[in-house]
Amino acid sequence: MSYRRQDIQRLVQHDRVHRDLYISPELFALEQRHFFANTWSYLGHTSQVPQAGDYLAVDIAGRPLMMVRQPDGGIRVLQNRCPHKGSPLVGEACGNVGKFIRCPYHAWTFKLDGAPLAVPLKAAYEGTALKDCESGQGMVALKHVAVYRDFVFVKLGDAGPGFEAYFGEALRSIDFLVDRSPVGRLRIEGGVLRNIIHCNWKMYLENINDTVHPLSTHESATAAAGALWQGQPADAPKPMAMEQILPFGSGFDFFDRMGGRVYPNGHSVLGVNFSIHSGYAQVPEYEAAMRAAHGEQRATEVLQHSPQNAVCFPSLSVKGSPQAIRVIRPLAADKMMLEAWSFRVEGAPEVLFERSMMYNRLVFSPMSVVAHDDVHLFEGMQRALHADGNDWISLHRNFRPDELGQGTADCNGTNELLMRNQFRAWAQFMSLTMED
Amino acid sequence: MDVNIERELQDFIVHEAHLIDTRQLDDWLALFAEHARYWIPLHGAAQTEGDAVNSLADEDRLLLALRIERLKNPRAHSQRPPSRCQHVLQTPQLLRSDEAAGRFELLTPFLYVEAQGERQQMLAGTARHRLLRRDGRLQIEQKRVDLLNAGEALPAIQLFP
Repeated sequence: MSYRRQDIQRLVQHDRVHRDLYISPELFALEQRHFFANTWSYLGHTSQVPQAGDYLAVDIAGRPLMMVRQPDGGIRVLQNRCPHKGSPLVGEACGNVGKFIRCPYHAWTFKLDGAPLAVPLKAAYEGTALKDCESGQGMVALKHVAVYRDFVFVKLGDAGPGFEAYFGEALRSIDFLVDRSPVGRLRIEGGVLRNIIHCNWKMYLENINDTVHPLSTHESATAAAGALWQGQPADAPKPMAMEQILPFGSGFDFFDRMGGRVYPNGHSVLGVNFSIHSGYAQVPEYEAAMRAAHGEQRATEVLQHSPQNAVCFPSLSVKGSPQAIRVIRPLAADKMMLEAWSFRVEGAPEVLFERSMMYNRLVFSPMSVVAHDDVHLFEGMQRALHADGNDWISLHRNFRPDELGQGTADCNGTNELLMRNQFRAWAQFMSLTMED
Repeated sequence: MDVNIERELQDFIVHEAHLIDTRQLDDWLALFAEHARYWIPLHGAAQTEGDAVNSLADEDRLLLALRIERLKNPRAHSQRPPSRCQHVLQTPQLLRSDEAAGRFELLTPFLYVEAQGERQQMLAGTARHRLLRRDGRLQIEQKRVDLLNAGEALPAIQLFP
């Protein structure tokens, strides 16, 4: 079928969504064209391109992009495509282009901002229309690029809200993460763990806000951890791995009481009160440095804010502690890539970086015993949704009609409002630029 | 170099892979010394010990035991159906040998196939074993596995390359 605006809105009901959101290749193609053009996607962190000429190449919604550090210290995002014949201008995920960008195919060159520099056989173009057409204008630079506390976001199209209007108060999640540094600076370090998962990206994203699955899905991992740790006195210092894995076995009540908050446009914080990350051992000298840098009140606020996950819809999930992010990259209706990045927190002791790396390794590595069960179930769901007789996915838990039209709202931690809010934003930005 | 010792070390490496491939995982774990490490660096062979770089897996005996315990649990959902694996080893090459101290290091290029249901994936890599002889028995002090494409986006690896 061919979807129009009202069809999209019919797929997302108040308390359930149609299975086509997960399994339809046609909807995926429309997402690439509409949804990802109208929303802000996380691209990368400026610490990944510290020097002029440094680049990071990232594909977003099928567009090959490159973020380039400029000679003046600024950040530009360019389409990684030679305006001549279409060759990619950089072939690796990151590196340094030097003083200018040079196409490997015919040696056309460009300044770091993408402006044309030189072409071979220049005289042969005299009297032609090259200069006045797209091919003569250099590399295409993205118009909508925002750098917020070193996090770089892009919007591919001209429609949709501006950066501040789109994220609004959800940006406090990034503030809470960055303010974990006494000097307000994070650096991406330790490499990236990348996973291919054969499921729709929205299935993964809604799971980030799913607090009812850990008890059953992760039972085998938490039971094994519990069995190995059994018999230890309650106050015995836990190895970091145990400290990180055991809380996955917390009960429904724990997850319900952690609380959630939804923001307009699909963003959320799960664990506004506490989370499975709240019990990590305290680091007194770090906390003293935080108080000295931020003042008593802000330091306490930052250190106590330890959410399960904060979602900057639709591509970024943030943990304030451990300092780690997940990035969701859709690849097909039934395929996505998950990236887990660690941060080194400037001005903080090594143990915070170790926590970040260990958490990503234990929970988001292709070899993670926690993720194995998630991934296996997602991949099974992706196939089983082709079963006939029920076209719908339930999102009924705690639905109340008065939640409709609310902007920012607080809720219990097991409330599926955290997911309904994502799908409502999906329908909104998917249909924004579609025909009636 | 005593050829008998070299042969014994090579047999040990082959036996170690055999225990994984036949899912005799408690016996496999028993090969590891108390302070052993099973390590799959994220940057493969390019990664130096001590680099501030993550790993696909970096496990002591406690974490290895956790993996093995979990696999026995009927609610290890990702093991329905169970994964199976096969190591295809090249002849282990003895890199270092100190018979007096009972310390040896071997390098073994391999292909590793992991299958589950109709899906099968193949990884290429090189294992580096640091072995100890204690009370006449060989033990693994460290098994480092450098995968050819460790840093790429990978599907789940559920067993032990």
